[in-house]
Amino acid sequence: MGPSPRARMAVIRLENVTKVYSRGARPALDAVDVEVERGDFVFLVGSSGSGKSTFLKLILREERPTGGDVYVAGRHLNRLSAWRVPHLRREIGAVFQDFRLLPNKTVYQNVAFALQVIGKGRREIDATVPEMLELVGLAGKERRFPHELSGGEQQRVAIARAFVNRPPILLCDEPTGNLDPGTSVGIMRLLDRINRTGTTVLMATHDDEIVDQMRKRVIELKGGHLVRDQDRGVYGLERA
Amino acid sequence: MRLRFIFGEVINGLRRNSTMALSVVLVTFVSLTFVGAASLIQAQIGQLKDDWYGRVEVSIFLCPTNSLQEQCAQGEATPAQEAAILDVLENGAVADLVETVEYESKEEAYENLVDRGDSSVTDFLTADDMQASFRVKLTDPEQFQVVADATAGLVGVEYVKDQREIFDDLFAVLNAATLVAAGLAAVMLLTAVLLITTTVRLSALSRKRETTIMRMVGSSRTLIQLPFMLEGAVAATAGAVLAITGLWLSVRYLVQDWLGSSVGWVDYVTGDDVLTIAPWLLLIAVGLAAFASLLTLGRYTRA
Repeated sequence: MGPSPRARMAVIRLENVTKVYSRGARPALDAVDVEVERGDFVFLVGSSGSGKSTFLKLILREERPTGGDVYVAGRHLNRLSAWRVPHLRREIGAVFQDFRLLPNKTVYQNVAFALQVIGKGRREIDATVPEMLELVGLAGKERRFPHELSGGEQQRVAIARAFVNRPPILLCDEPTGNLDPGTSVGIMRLLDRINRTGTTVLMATHDDEIVDQMRKRVIELKGGHLVRDQDRGVYGLERA
Repeated sequence: MRLRFIFGEVINGLRRNSTMALSVVLVTFVSLTFVGAASLIQAQIGQLKDDWYGRVEVSIFLCPTNSLQEQCAQGEATPAQEAAILDVLENGAVADLVETVEYESKEEAYENLVDRGDSSVTDFLTADDMQASFRVKLTDPEQFQVVADATAGLVGVEYVKDQREIFDDLFAVLNAATLVAAGLAAVMLLTAVLLITTTVRLSALSRKRETTIMRMVGSSRTLIQLPFMLEGAVAATAGAVLAITGLWLSVRYLVQDWLGSSVGWVDYVTGDDVLTIAPWLLLIAVGLAAFASLLTLGRYTRA
């Protein structure tokens, strides 16, 4: 389905990236080289403190690398000026463990908000949002408020919001961390469907069952080092 | 779309933080009232100077018969000395500064005193106790010292008096009042800055969820920060409008009507003077809000 290998190009590239938060501290990331190509589905695994969060923050340019180069969606983030950062973020959808929905807005308004605040017009919003809610399986629940939804439904709203602008990259930080296994499977199916549209999905997770089931590329970090980069991998090395 | 979004956010923010917004309104109201009062007092001083200095004269008092002053040891000024003094005023170096010169003889001075009707004084005095004088009107009252220097040393002159001195005390009081008002204004303006800073910070914290999402989906920094800045600016502007209204009403009803009816011979500041400073007060309000927001926002809504 995906583009031919020749046409594939890296949408995320970390070259020898090191991140040290405070002088003298152990690096959160240490000389990491990673290349993620367009349309890839990648699991980022590792225990707490292994550097997963730093990895994601560098891609979102919430942090800057101490050493090495970060390229995302054709941009060299080391050289990206602050006022261009919003343009980078429009190329990246982000989904989090805690959903981060606005409690006083309806499902529809939560998704529309993401378009409003990047200056999209009402007509475009009215056309795109229902389509997106349909895609994530929430058609008919537009007027519900987040507290009226189950955890799985709330995460679907968050995914709709992250994807409504059709970004080429979707970053997911423990998206199933707050969900029961049955619900998690549904979320993973949704992410897989989004991936099949050509969107690159990078998902940090602790959920070994999901990783083992999906058999996608696995990147494992340990103490800031990249210790494994494996196609069709599983969660733990010992089980491989 | 964006404008509607921004204004919606501003109104929401003001409503959510209504107590804080109200306190910003009140503090700017009070501080700008002091700023306005200070500049209105100065305007009043300027107006009084224009009005009064034009009417006052420089009096060159001539030596009387029994002066104790050293320069009058030779006795009363003679007609020849008077003529010499007049010549200096009309043809000397200071002639350009002199508008009119009037001679008041000691008899005329006595008449004037009698006309004022204070019998307790006139009962004991005669025309010989009075002294003759030149009443000089200057083209520019501020040039008093030049005229005084040119005439004070002439033979037959006892002393030169600037009638403006009469007003010095009044102006000193008004200037002191200006300083007090300006001092209070400075303190209140500082309070306003601190309060707006706190308000903006609270507002930013209470909307952290929104701003986090906005950052995440790629909103521009302007769109994230503008609602907060406008919130402070709207509240401060409301305070400025209140201050302008308050000052205008005070000038109209307290100064013009009340004070004007009891002390009518003074030309007071008018509502127009208030309207002249109004744009500056508004500008100060908006400037304050912008300054306070800049102090705060960088830290609380980082991109």
